[in-house]
Amino acid sequence: MILENLQSIEKIINSELSSKIKNSSINHDELLIEINDSDLIDVIRFLKSNENCKFRQLIDIAGVDYPEDEKRFELVYLFLSHELNTRIKLLIKFQSNQIINSITKIFPSANWMEREVFDMYGIKFKNHPDLRRILTDYGFKGHPLRKDFPLTGFNEVRYSEKDKKVIYEPVKLEQNYRNFDFESPWEGTNYIKEIKNTDKDGKKN
Amino acid sequence: MAKKTKSLSLNFGPQHPAAHGVLRLILELDGEVVEKADPHIGLLHRGTEKLIEQKTYTQALPYFDRLDYVAPMNQEHAFALAAEKLLNIEVPIRGKYIRVIFCEIGRILSHILNVTTQALDVGALTPSLWGFEERETLMTFYERASGSRLHANYFRTGGVHKDIPLKLVEDIEAFCKSFPKIIDDLENLLTDNRIFKQRNVEIGIVSKQEALDHSFSGVMLRGSGVPWDLRRSQPYEIYKDLEFKIPVGKNGDCYDRYLCRIEEMRESVKIILQCIEKLPKGPVKSIDNKISPPSRNDIKESMEALIHHFKLFTEGYRVPKGDVYTAVEAPKGEFGVYLISDGTSKPYRCKIRAPGFSHLQAMDYLIRGHMLADVPAILGSLDIVFGEVDR
Repeated sequence: MILENLQSIEKIINSELSSKIKNSSINHDELLIEINDSDLIDVIRFLKSNENCKFRQLIDIAGVDYPEDEKRFELVYLFLSHELNTRIKLLIKFQSNQIINSITKIFPSANWMEREVFDMYGIKFKNHPDLRRILTDYGFKGHPLRKDFPLTGFNEVRYSEKDKKVIYEPVKLEQNYRNFDFESPWEGTNYIKEIKNTDKDGKKN
Repeated sequence: MAKKTKSLSLNFGPQHPAAHGVLRLILELDGEVVEKADPHIGLLHRGTEKLIEQKTYTQALPYFDRLDYVAPMNQEHAFALAAEKLLNIEVPIRGKYIRVIFCEIGRILSHILNVTTQALDVGALTPSLWGFEERETLMTFYERASGSRLHANYFRTGGVHKDIPLKLVEDIEAFCKSFPKIIDDLENLLTDNRIFKQRNVEIGIVSKQEALDHSFSGVMLRGSGVPWDLRRSQPYEIYKDLEFKIPVGKNGDCYDRYLCRIEEMRESVKIILQCIEKLPKGPVKSIDNKISPPSRNDIKESMEALIHHFKLFTEGYRVPKGDVYTAVEAPKGEFGVYLISDGTSKPYRCKIRAPGFSHLQAMDYLIRGHMLADVPAILGSLDIVFGEVDR
């Protein structure tokens, strides 16, 4: 029942927007559609207004980071249709310096979701009414959910008894963050290898 | 000549008893009328999504207790369902019943807190004293099943951690028999109360269309007359075998949302009673040894069990490549997890969709044109918990 429903929606979308759809697949009973980032506004307008789709609720926008890929970032837009009782995932891939069109005109609730993506990944949106950081601290630097951002961050905050105020200072760790590699127990874990390399040359290589 | 007026900026919070946590709200006032509200969130941001990327699936689960900390198990449920969908495993039937019982307990926990604190915000003290006593009883049930009152860490991929004892089932049943009386008492105090109605009726009205546009879910959507509940429309676990009603509001104001919550508590009690009546026997978690850890006894007897235990608690289980979105009807609305696996034992990406995030976003739209004193009333009826908004 769910699967047939999804297949018919997939068929409709593919026939109506054939030139704009790069890829479409159904896995785990979920429909995923990949499009070009330049077609985003058109496709979302179609999904919201078309008689056979009626995806009238934006559930979430999720950013994903693949640092090795040429097109580094992915955005996944999740939509829900109450009338058809189905969900759809819309995927765009793009390079790190690209600016994406904001969809706040179509879905007002995209405002904070795009702000969150901007905050976490540094992805910029065109025509966004108020693109500020949202979850991180005032004056925060960097984009924490990028894969190259360290888990411990760069700065830590504490109350200084001497200055009688809260101060920011670089993170001091008593021991390195240890990420054990369970897949090759014989060669030692990555952090041991890093330490060995550092010792030999006196600096990291 | 036009008279020049200057609006007053008021900083509400971050530490304010009616802010339900750490919300900083910058209000622009014209006299007592709110012209604009700019919520500053993130004061409770703990980087849950980043942390989950560094943990195995088993280790990631407790972070979900810390999101919406008044109904912890509902959150765990969404993550467990996502991992199960990727792994393509089935939960034993008893495990499903126990999950539903505790999710509904979570719903009652959350709704009691919301209804009574909303009353507190508009000036009624007694409901919170009565309600919190019941919450304490419910949290004892959490403790007896999982070992802790709040941060349960009870659900597992493939079921729940441990079976529940018979005495606990009996006690939950006894509670369900006595609790409707408490709801009646709360209603006696509030539903027809003149002051409570003056503070809530026709305050913070949301139309159907606006509710959809602002990504509302749960009571916020149903209060505006949209009959939508994931337990009914996209049933997970055993909800399609259970009989329950979905209360829907008419006017979409704070008062209707209060009424919806009260009715939902009654329905939850019915669901729990049905589950207890039908509760089957059998295992409570997946019997797949590659996912469920072995029992203590088995580790002492069997070498294979020992190896499984060691692998599960060091490397963890590997989850096939793919991405899924699963959502559950949490007390506050649609709580979803978008999980991407790259085939290792740690999630590559775990996006948490918290209902409160969208609800709080609409604060500016809801509060515009209302009086300053309505801010706590609307905030209360949005049912905001900062654990999930800030993540």
